Amino acid sequence: MSFLELLWVIPLAPLAGAALMLVLGRLLDPQASSQVAVAPGLAADLPQPHGHGSGHHRHGAARSLISLLCPGTVLVSFVLSLGAVFELSSLPGRTYELVQFTWIAGLPFLTQSGAPARFSADWGFLLDPLSAVMILVVTGVGFLIHVYSVGYMGHEGGYYRFFGYLNLFVFFMLMLVLANNYALMFVGWEGVGLCSYLLIGFYFHRKSAADAGKKAFVMNRVGDAGFILGMLLMFSVFGSVRFREVHEALASGRFAAETGSLGVLTAIALLLFLGATGKSAQFPLYTWLPDAMEGPTPVSALIHAATMVTAGVYMVARSHLLYRLAPEASMAVAVIGAFTAILAASIALVQNDIKRVLAYSTVSQLGYMFMACGVGAYWVAIFHLYTHAFFKALLFLGSGSVIHALGGEQDMRRMGGLKEKIPVTYWTMVVGALAISGIPGFAGFFSKDEILWQIYSSPHGSKAIYVVATLTAGMTAFYMWRLIFMTFHGKPRMDADTLARVHESPRVMTVPLVALAAGSTLAGWIGVPKVWSFLPESFRAFEHWLAPALSTQASHGTEHAHGAATEWLLMGLSLAIALAGIAIARHLYVVRPERVAALRQAAGPLYTALANKWYVDELYDAVFVNGLGKGVGSAMARFDSRIVDGGVNGAGWMTRLASTLSIWWDTWIVDGAVRLMSFVVKAASFPVRVLHTGSVQAYALVIVLGAAALFTWYLVR
Amino acid sequence: MSEHLLSIILFTPLAGMFILLLIPSRRTDLIRLWANIAGFAGFAVSLPLLWRFDKNAAGFQLVERYEWIPSLGARYIVGIDGISLLLVLLTTLIGALAILSSWSAIQEKVKQYYAMFLLQQTGMLGVFLALDFFLFFVFWEVVLVPMYFIIGVWGGPRKLYAAIKFFLYTLAGSVLMLLGILTLYFQHFRQFGYYTFEIAELMKLDLPLGIQQWVFWAFFIGFAIKVPMFPFHTWLPDAHVEAPTAGSVILASILLKMGTYGFIRFSLPLLPKASIDPRIVKILVGLSLVAIVYGALVSLMQQDWKKLVAYSSVSHLGFCTLGIFALNPNGLAGSVIQQINHGISTGMLFLIVGIAYERRHTRAIAEYGGLAHVMPKYATVFAIAMLSSAGLPLLNGFIGEFTILQGAFEANRLWAAIASLGIILGAAYLLWLYQRTMLGQITNPKNLRLPDLNLRELAVFAPLIAWAIWIGVYPKPYFEVLEKPVAEILQRVRPEYWEKASALAAAPLGVLR
Repeated sequence: MSFLELLWVIPLAPLAGAALMLVLGRLLDPQASSQVAVAPGLAADLPQPHGHGSGHHRHGAARSLISLLCPGTVLVSFVLSLGAVFELSSLPGRTYELVQFTWIAGLPFLTQSGAPARFSADWGFLLDPLSAVMILVVTGVGFLIHVYSVGYMGHEGGYYRFFGYLNLFVFFMLMLVLANNYALMFVGWEGVGLCSYLLIGFYFHRKSAADAGKKAFVMNRVGDAGFILGMLLMFSVFGSVRFREVHEALASGRFAAETGSLGVLTAIALLLFLGATGKSAQFPLYTWLPDAMEGPTPVSALIHAATMVTAGVYMVARSHLLYRLAPEASMAVAVIGAFTAILAASIALVQNDIKRVLAYSTVSQLGYMFMACGVGAYWVAIFHLYTHAFFKALLFLGSGSVIHALGGEQDMRRMGGLKEKIPVTYWTMVVGALAISGIPGFAGFFSKDEILWQIYSSPHGSKAIYVVATLTAGMTAFYMWRLIFMTFHGKPRMDADTLARVHESPRVMTVPLVALAAGSTLAGWIGVPKVWSFLPESFRAFEHWLAPALSTQASHGTEHAHGAATEWLLMGLSLAIALAGIAIARHLYVVRPERVAALRQAAGPLYTALANKWYVDELYDAVFVNGLGKGVGSAMARFDSRIVDGGVNGAGWMTRLASTLSIWWDTWIVDGAVRLMSFVVKAASFPVRVLHTGSVQAYALVIVLGAAALFTWYLVR
Repeated sequence: MSEHLLSIILFTPLAGMFILLLIPSRRTDLIRLWANIAGFAGFAVSLPLLWRFDKNAAGFQLVERYEWIPSLGARYIVGIDGISLLLVLLTTLIGALAILSSWSAIQEKVKQYYAMFLLQQTGMLGVFLALDFFLFFVFWEVVLVPMYFIIGVWGGPRKLYAAIKFFLYTLAGSVLMLLGILTLYFQHFRQFGYYTFEIAELMKLDLPLGIQQWVFWAFFIGFAIKVPMFPFHTWLPDAHVEAPTAGSVILASILLKMGTYGFIRFSLPLLPKASIDPRIVKILVGLSLVAIVYGALVSLMQQDWKKLVAYSSVSHLGFCTLGIFALNPNGLAGSVIQQINHGISTGMLFLIVGIAYERRHTRAIAEYGGLAHVMPKYATVFAIAMLSSAGLPLLNGFIGEFTILQGAFEANRLWAAIASLGIILGAAYLLWLYQRTMLGQITNPKNLRLPDLNLRELAVFAPLIAWAIWIGVYPKPYFEVLEKPVAEILQRVRPEYWEKASALAAAPLGVLR
């Protein structure tokens, strides 16, 4: 049994953990059920949880079991992934496909070109260099974050629920990156969205958390609709959604001749990219990610920094042939990436919530990845995805450690001076900040610099985008070091009580920090710049590894259109800009902090716009939520009850009116005629009736009178 | 015995009802027990269909045929194909679960209540099994009566309004449908010289487009009211809101499917020329698309939990009718699968409202909030039902929606693009509903001590959840079962299309070029 044959176990191991937690977790950790969040004032009504104190002890063992089991399943996946990737490296072509069964098998039908086709999607896995990188990142970083969570979530209720969701997330993420077709990829795609929703809303008693989860899900759905339509269009063109077959069709060029238009390809590429903007938080669908910080910090690190949000980049890289053949779409990817990168970085400059700074930073860094995709440097995009996973997870977990130390404080204005108090957190975060700023030697430098170089030098690149990207790099260095300085340097700005209780996090949290710091330092050395020709080729292993999956020939040495001198120059330039950013941050937040206020004054409306995130949320709320959603919805609801149902009720009313009129008609006209007749008869008979009194005496009287009259007449005559 | 399988399935609930009537009214627990036995038996006798049904056989299976009213040409003919198979199984399962879910909810006139349910069960099964138009019409009308009483007797405060509206509205539709049936009946006499209501015979008719169009619209009124399609849908929210929980479940899960089933079984194959008439298709698809978006938008703004779910039905059924009038294999198959899905998901959603209603006696969304804290099992079940309804992959809804979108996309890309709005809005109204009822803090003291699901309630949900997962993870058997009947319908409606596509029927999965 080789590791490759066990490929299907890699996603299933965490699924098993999730199933166990979500079905039986309550039994293991019943403490959770006694946690009822109620509005203030209702607490007195609460049934008192019995045995709360002793429960903690009793369930300590159960918690330990969860703490071992859930990270354990991810470790199993990691080990299996390592084994599978190792075996993959010796396979010719470095591709391994494992189909388990046919998942969706549609009915035969005719495509628009008139060819019969049948939609089919496997439950199948594809391991190639691209998915290999992804599963190692997901399971490796995922494992570290699971371990960290054992410490971070230790005091929280719903422990089993948290780990159940987290394991479920890893399952779906692995499905996403291991699927061998777009439809199954979509399973993972939506699944990670679900887990994101569940975990953002983990503290669901807070309205803001529930709101943020909903916002993330619905916004992602907009992108998903694009993904589905792109997938359908792709199927109608290629007759398949399997990566290999789509790839072959595109590579053969046969298809381009058949339809004779590249417009369709551009449409597919743009629709899929719409999906990517949702999942990877790019303009215009990025506003959910900063709000997603409502979730517990390990979630932010795993889902909203290291893995899920990079799914869009992975998907675009997976479809690289498509984007190569659709240059307009690629250009759109690059432009959106650049715009998002600088937009998010500009917002990050002035945020005060430590996690929000990191969130905008993530949006911005994802923009870099898309820029790389857009200019055709897919391996660099994946390289940055991979280094970013280390340093951004590190920064998030570090911020979590800070928040943990301060008892939940996230506002950097109430931090400061923590350097000596929590040294491990400090130094690891410094490593992360060095990495993201692009200081040579640290992971971020290698990938970011390569992106800048590719944007500058690639035939699909653009000088304008290069300028934007370089400016963004400077802003990145500034906001990240602003974060470091505000948090760790200067005078403590929290109250004395909090300050007294500041403590370094437990080992279970600091060890993952150190491991990620090591990664943030070392991970980049497999993709050093080509001009560093003094290093052997093995220092550029990353590009070579990915070459077969991205159908690129790894270029050797410096045989680029642009000279080595240019590359050295640009490297120097970006380093200078990064150092400048750090220096300004230091000047403003350590040396002369009083200048910040003055600067704010000077910036005036610009500062206000930045602090309010360019008012994009307000705009979306006004137009989409309150306008098209609630506004049109209420109008429709009124229309429905007044007009449509009004019509029905109106018909009912008309019927009743007609019925009333009929009754009137019936009573007065139809029956009236009858009664008139009877009246006439009655009236006519009146004189007669008067005589018919039925009284014998009367008759006798009449007889007597009549007889008397007759007699009289007889006599008189 | 076994050659009467369909009749056994059809009349088991009715037999159960007659025995129920023999039980004295005061012995309510015995009545409940018996009703559940009868309901479960109704489901159990339908299970042999799973292995008796041959997915490779053409035409109708397990057919039974007897003379009934020879002077009219009405016969007792029952039979199933893949489409009715799925609907029959849905009916027997949902019927049994609806009865089980009523155990504690119904305290008055218990005997009559269960009798109505069992009678209704036979009526609905008859609709899906009948292959004679007269027989079909009888069952179609039989269904009306018990539902009228279920809403009118055991319903909410405005039950009389809702019951009468439901009854009259659907009755008006059926009258027009009857006119359509009679047109076919007399046309058949004119062409062949004898009277018959048998569907297979009526299919031999060769009618000019003009007559087909008239009959199509007559059928349309009958079926569209039942579905209900926009703008004939307003009886639905009222009926749902006032009906007792189990009534809503039956109404949504099964009764509405009678309309879509009518389109698939009768409108399409009997009136092929009218069904592909571009004007008719445009109108029907237009109404479906309006229903999808409009139903979702109206749903979004509802303050009444049950009304919200009712309007979501309008949106979901829009998908079903869109699939039918995409007039291609995936549209049709997707439509049938989505009908089953809607039965499962919306059935669950109504059961969920019912459970909250039974505990709090209100359906106003604002009365709830934070229930997940006190009713975690309930919150979990609700989450699954919501996700199944919203079309999350690996649950049933996705398979249906995706297949319908595929069919719609094939027919006209714009249709699919508009319909995909429904997917976005669907997530919005469901998640918002979930947030307002389940999440946040408990702000209403009345919600502090609500009991979580008990074992019986869990037992009602368990099979539905299992079914939702089955369709989501392994939908292949459903496509296999539907392949033949969909082929037969399309052969009648679009013969030349089918000829080309069926080049693939025998081929393995994948693409032939």
